Amino acid sequence: MTFGQVLLVAVVAVPALGALATAVVPGDRAGRVVGTVAAAVTLLSALPLVGGDHGWFGYGPRPAVQPWHQLDLPWVPGLDLRFHLGVDGISWPLVVLTALLTLLCCAYTLWRVPPGGGSGRALVALLLVVEVGILGTFLALDLVLFFLFFEVVLLPMYAIIAGWGGADRRRAARKFALYTLFGSVLLLVGVYVVVAAAGTADLVALTGGAGLSRGTQLAAFTLLAIAFAVKSPLWPLHSWLPDAHTQAPTVGSVILAGVLLKMGTYGLIRIAVGVAPEGARWAAPVLGVLAVAAILIGGLVCLAQDDLKRLIAYSSVGHMGFVLLGVATLTATGIQAALIGNIAHGVITGLLFFLAGAVKDRAHTGSLAELSGLRETAPRLAGLLGFAAVASLGLPGLAGFWGEAFAVVAAVQRGGPLWLTLAGLAALGGALTAAYFLRLLRRVTHGRPSPAVAGLAPGLAGAELTAWAPLVLLALAVGLAPALVLSYASGPVEALLGVVP
Amino acid sequence: MSLVQPVDNVAMLPAYLAAGTAVLVLLFDLLVARPAVTVAMAALGAAGTAAGAALVGAAGERRTFCVGDDCSWVWGGRAALVGAVIALLTLGVLALSGPLLRAGRTPVGEYCFLLACAMTGGVVLGAAGDLITLIVALETLTLPLYVLVGLRRDSLAGAEAAVTFFVVSVVATTVTLLGAALLYAVTGTLHLDRLGATLAARADLTDLPLTGVAVALVVAGLAFKVAAVPFHAWAPATYDGAPLPVAAYLSTASKLGGVVALLAVVQRALPGDLTGPVLAALAVLTMTVGNLVALRQRRTVRLLAWSSVAQAGYILAPLGALALSAGRTGDARAAAYAAAVAYAIFFVLLELAAFAAVVALRPADGDGGTLADLSGAARRHPWVGGAFALALIGLAGLPPGLAGLFAKVTVVRALLAGHAGWLALVVALNAVIGLAYYLRVTASLYATPAGAAAVRPARTVVLALGVATAAAVVIGFAPQIVLDVAAR
Repeated sequence: MTFGQVLLVAVVAVPALGALATAVVPGDRAGRVVGTVAAAVTLLSALPLVGGDHGWFGYGPRPAVQPWHQLDLPWVPGLDLRFHLGVDGISWPLVVLTALLTLLCCAYTLWRVPPGGGSGRALVALLLVVEVGILGTFLALDLVLFFLFFEVVLLPMYAIIAGWGGADRRRAARKFALYTLFGSVLLLVGVYVVVAAAGTADLVALTGGAGLSRGTQLAAFTLLAIAFAVKSPLWPLHSWLPDAHTQAPTVGSVILAGVLLKMGTYGLIRIAVGVAPEGARWAAPVLGVLAVAAILIGGLVCLAQDDLKRLIAYSSVGHMGFVLLGVATLTATGIQAALIGNIAHGVITGLLFFLAGAVKDRAHTGSLAELSGLRETAPRLAGLLGFAAVASLGLPGLAGFWGEAFAVVAAVQRGGPLWLTLAGLAALGGALTAAYFLRLLRRVTHGRPSPAVAGLAPGLAGAELTAWAPLVLLALAVGLAPALVLSYASGPVEALLGVVP
Repeated sequence: MSLVQPVDNVAMLPAYLAAGTAVLVLLFDLLVARPAVTVAMAALGAAGTAAGAALVGAAGERRTFCVGDDCSWVWGGRAALVGAVIALLTLGVLALSGPLLRAGRTPVGEYCFLLACAMTGGVVLGAAGDLITLIVALETLTLPLYVLVGLRRDSLAGAEAAVTFFVVSVVATTVTLLGAALLYAVTGTLHLDRLGATLAARADLTDLPLTGVAVALVVAGLAFKVAAVPFHAWAPATYDGAPLPVAAYLSTASKLGGVVALLAVVQRALPGDLTGPVLAALAVLTMTVGNLVALRQRRTVRLLAWSSVAQAGYILAPLGALALSAGRTGDARAAAYAAAVAYAIFFVLLELAAFAAVVALRPADGDGGTLADLSGAARRHPWVGGAFALALIGLAGLPPGLAGLFAKVTVVRALLAGHAGWLALVVALNAVIGLAYYLRVTASLYATPAGAAAVRPARTVVLALGVATAAAVVIGFAPQIVLDVAAR
């Protein structure tokens, strides 16, 4: 095994073993420490994955997927399942983001365990299992393996929401599980529609259509797109998201918004577009219209929201709408915008949920009507909230800008009356985003302190700063130098679009 | 032609072992009269039968009781698999029966004897090569169960359940026998392979209305045994009234027997274009109705019963699919049968684990109780509760219950390979409904404890649960083992 293959296995195996160790180590705090160390080791294994062979020096046509490192072992030949992992410029940024957010969440749990359910170490163990599923999904280069990892996430996330969530957590968790399973069973059927027709589940071989008939591609794309639309989520399949985000504990919301939703958009780019390009071309207008509908509806609903966490949750619907609009254009600009939008949303919304959790923990309410004047009593918290909100509304120079702006640009480039209209409406949606985030800031940070806010201490805990600082820095860094993400992705995206008719 | 038929006694060895177990149990109970010895004898016999079935099967196919090329007894890979699994399930159920037998309301000797008799039926069933052997074997498997269901003294629920089960089952057997008789009238043969060849060769026979009626009767009769909707109504009442280990036997070994019988008939004897649409419709109805009704259950065993009705639908689905699309290649047909067998094996293992956990969590000699009785059980017994949760999640078909996930994947794959995409979608959507109730039970296991005192589970029950769970974990990571044996 090469060093890269060892790293690939480590990225999936370390959190899995870490979860086991966390569960069996005696003592609650010791368990949480072990889990945090495992998450840190995972991040350290994910970072050097970048040092692979980025070029294409072979003979013959350039393949549509060229992993930097890959590992291909047989597992269940009877089901066409191979343990095939690989990483490239599309997946690596997401892998690092996942490892980073999980580490921050584990570290945050060292400091504070959300009240309600079981022990803190059970929470850390579940976070690590979720991480295994997400990382595996991003790394899988085998369709069936992808499906397997996609499913791994479901129940641990259910348990996190149902075990440590808010007052209405049971219902929210059940809704999350059933919706997501609905998506993933369609994924299962879609996967085997492709596998049965192509005779292989290898993504490297399948990307580009692999000679699938047009009918098969349309059927496969429809099934896969619905599956990923539930996860992303795309309007009108989004209704699990606000409940789940609102009821989940802070760390659950961060993982959910930060990286879990990205499994849907990543799957759409890598699997749905890659495997059924003709289907993608055929369905692109529908996808575009739904994405813009999500942007507008998300924005309008946010304007009417009265709850801090719920507002941020609905803002995710809008932001993921931009990402999906980028994918739907099927242009290099659009897909690049989607990828950077993914990362930016993960960083910024992760931060927003951390901050919303902090506000709620301190003021014991998340209702906008009962929160005001935060900057008078807790200026640092208010400042960070302002920073995150401004980053999220897409101020140039911060991470949120690139994804939204270039999704609109891509739609304009695509041309034609439909896409120009969509671009215009999406731009209007961008303005709505600004409107509701500024409303949020006006309600929460400005004005006279409300009774709930009046007694707050101004300080921030060291653990909170440790958890938030990397996200603040990343939001700035990606905003100022988008090449951090895009330079790795441009090659793979060109190669992917090379196969779309 | 000699009138004395040569009998291959090696091929018959598994059946001898199973029947011998029954006889020895009876003798030991009479002569030694110590419950522990009787149970040990039955367990030893079951283990020996499983080993014998596997060993004889490993040596290659053996046939006996032949008339020309048609044999009534074929001990091949499939028979060995069915025999070994049934014997192991019997062993598992014996382990679960510890608390029931110790409670003293059930006669030990009779209980073990009847269980061994049922096992004999199951072992013979896999090897049956003609319709009569098949039906007699199936009846030998179920007949002792009528008594076992009602064996507890002073149990009104048990008696009611036994009568329901008896009446329905006898009617089903009669219906199957009538179908077999009509088939004989049409074709003049009862051997499965000969029936298949005759019906395939002579299209004029297939077009006869009488053939259609005969096929429908045979399939309907066997559908009673697997509790497929609309022939399912007996199952929940019977399971709930029976002692827990007997309910476990009904939903694993007895159901597997029904599946094997149906599979033998559909695969070898009956024309696919007649059985296909019927089986596809049965599958859709069974899984949908089973899942929907299970949503509303409040009693543990009833919920498991309805869920096992739904699971029977998943097992039937591949059988329906391949027959629907006429002109399938031999490969696709074999894959579909293998998928049904593989799913059945994954299922009986998880179902046995689930029942073992219920037995472990309930007081000795108790019934399944309501879901509320299980509330917080996983906090009182972390390991038993965890194993129960794993079994339920596996039945729902999700990680970490990988065995169940691969079972669903196998069925969906077989359906799509057989060009029955719509049926694959129905299976997939049913899995979502299924999750709703499996999740409810699992969540209630981890609810805040209701304060009920912890009962210490019996050691044999915990052992059975541990072995079943370990086996489920192993085949979860290496499902190829099951797929390989199922394809033989």
